[in-house]
Amino acid sequence: METIQGSEPQLLVPGKPYPVTLLGYPAELLSPRETYQSVSDQIAEEPLHHRHQKVWFLGFAIASTMLMVFGIAIGYLLFRGPGIWGINIPVAWGFAIVNFVWWIGIGHAGTFISAILLLLLQKWRTTINRFTEAMTLFAVICAGMFPLLHLGRPWVFYFIIPYPDTMALWPQFRSPLVWDLFAVSTYFTVSLIFWYIGVVPDLATVRDKARTKWKRILYGMGALGWRGSAKHWTHHQSAYLLLAGLATPLVLSVHSVVSFDFAVAQLPGWHSTIFPPYFVAGAIYSGFAMVLNLILPIRRIFGFQNLITVRTLNNMACVMLATGWMVAYGYIMEAFMAWYSGEAFERYIMWDRAFGDYGWVFWLLMAVNVFVPQLLWSRWVRTHTVPLFLVALSVNIGMWLERFVIVVQSLHRDFMPANWAMFYPTIWDWLTLLGSIGLFLTLMCLFIRYIPMISISESRELIAQRKEGRL
Amino acid sequence: MNAEERAAVLGFPSQVPIATEEKALYGLIAEFEEHDRLLSAARRAYAAGYREMDAYSPFPIEGLAEALGHEGSSVPFFTLVGGMAGGLGGYFMEWYSMARLYPLNVGGRPYNSWPNFIPVMFELTVLIASLSALVAMLVLNRLPQPHHPIFNAPEFERASIDRFFLCIETEDPKFERGGTWNFLEGLEPLKISEVWDE
Repeated sequence: METIQGSEPQLLVPGKPYPVTLLGYPAELLSPRETYQSVSDQIAEEPLHHRHQKVWFLGFAIASTMLMVFGIAIGYLLFRGPGIWGINIPVAWGFAIVNFVWWIGIGHAGTFISAILLLLLQKWRTTINRFTEAMTLFAVICAGMFPLLHLGRPWVFYFIIPYPDTMALWPQFRSPLVWDLFAVSTYFTVSLIFWYIGVVPDLATVRDKARTKWKRILYGMGALGWRGSAKHWTHHQSAYLLLAGLATPLVLSVHSVVSFDFAVAQLPGWHSTIFPPYFVAGAIYSGFAMVLNLILPIRRIFGFQNLITVRTLNNMACVMLATGWMVAYGYIMEAFMAWYSGEAFERYIMWDRAFGDYGWVFWLLMAVNVFVPQLLWSRWVRTHTVPLFLVALSVNIGMWLERFVIVVQSLHRDFMPANWAMFYPTIWDWLTLLGSIGLFLTLMCLFIRYIPMISISESRELIAQRKEGRL
Repeated sequence: MNAEERAAVLGFPSQVPIATEEKALYGLIAEFEEHDRLLSAARRAYAAGYREMDAYSPFPIEGLAEALGHEGSSVPFFTLVGGMAGGLGGYFMEWYSMARLYPLNVGGRPYNSWPNFIPVMFELTVLIASLSALVAMLVLNRLPQPHHPIFNAPEFERASIDRFFLCIETEDPKFERGGTWNFLEGLEPLKISEVWDE
């Protein structure tokens, strides 16, 4: 055993390739060999030299094929109308709303990592925040498409935007659907600003490392003439911190507003005050799962093990375990409140959830979203990439199933038995879901190809802090 | 004027081509290897009476702006103003459209049903505050600015990678070529260069 000097004691234990804390958790934030030069070279290499061309093209080919499927699915939808989906009365909100809630939830981890963990001084977020913020942007783009596609006449979506129009109509500001428009569009705009302000100094690094004229011009335009002067940094850091402060309540509000779409309705299974916190916890849960699903392969392909260390993976898995239990608490409370309310309809919908026609979806949800993630109690699972990847995948599927249960199962049994009907997805439902994943992955591929995917300037700050012994 | 004559005037030999009408000296720049060296250099330069100067670093350095005598950022002020404008403007829009322009009785709720107006008001507060923070940051930093004389400094591309620079500008009342050069040499930098504005 060997002790490494630092602000917190780190031990080298035989059998572990990384230093650990006194309790045996991975301790390393960044490989000790890194210098300002080495992190700049390593991270700026992909945008400039495109070293992993073959793997990238393979990924991009798959993603853009799925994107074309999305194009076809949307084209046919616009041609024929939402009747191509399995939706009908009473299940008028099918996959479109399930996918909307799923995607926007995925986005939440990005803001959680970049804003909330920044305010909480969690240094392990440094090497993943750029990537997860990009994930947020792309997930919100995918999410935002679904309510529009679901309109039936998406080209008149602007009716919901308040402006003094010639029809003298105004949107209904008492409606959660209007709140949703404001929440999602604000969320996208603020995430974009936050991400771009963070990326400007790194674009300057890429500009300064570029050796061809066009790269220098294009990255130079993105960098806006950033010089890294003390004056620049003062305003930059101030704006960055303020945006983190603004994004923190924002991210909590967005999924709360999404949950109002359900909770404000009087439908049994939806009309519940636990929805806002339970949705926010679920959002962060699924978002961390998606971050892990993306970052584990990318970390290996691009060789970022030295920057995205096992400590980061372990911490992300711990956040997943904690938020997973909050979600499980939500499930328990839903069932308890249904029973405790003494309300026949509430009790029935809960009973039907577990033992009705969609009962198998519910038990599958319990299995993949509550029981499988308990594997994260094991440190071995948290620190090994393949099991961690599989658990994260299970959570992603589970969170999608959760939204399916909430949307479809609650709708298919309302107050009037005459209104009861099943929902069966059509091929177009599935292709639209697949296509939206294609859109997401295509944007992700373009991002990792053209933008430094790890914050270079913040990694340098970590190195400087290590030199000062503050890490 | 030839190179020797210029060296006699400047007080030091210069590699830079002889200045023409279009060229003007922007300042003298010193290069450092570590951020704490830059920080102490900035403190000493401020103590020596230099005010028109700026430091360049690949990451934000705590206390550097104060050491250079720069004022704190006014981005928070503009963000606050933007946030208040967004919140009040948002509520006004909701009240004016729901209670005045298009009054609609929904389940007997009052026209000015303020609890229902909070979510949109909150979102607009955050939206306008964030846009204000972005615009304030860009305007106060004079960005976008494609060209700046400092980019002519030799090795300046390393300011965004691994080097730390301190530039004393000719606009400073205490600036004087030979004297400032000597002062910078006293800070023991890796290198001192002239920065020309073309």
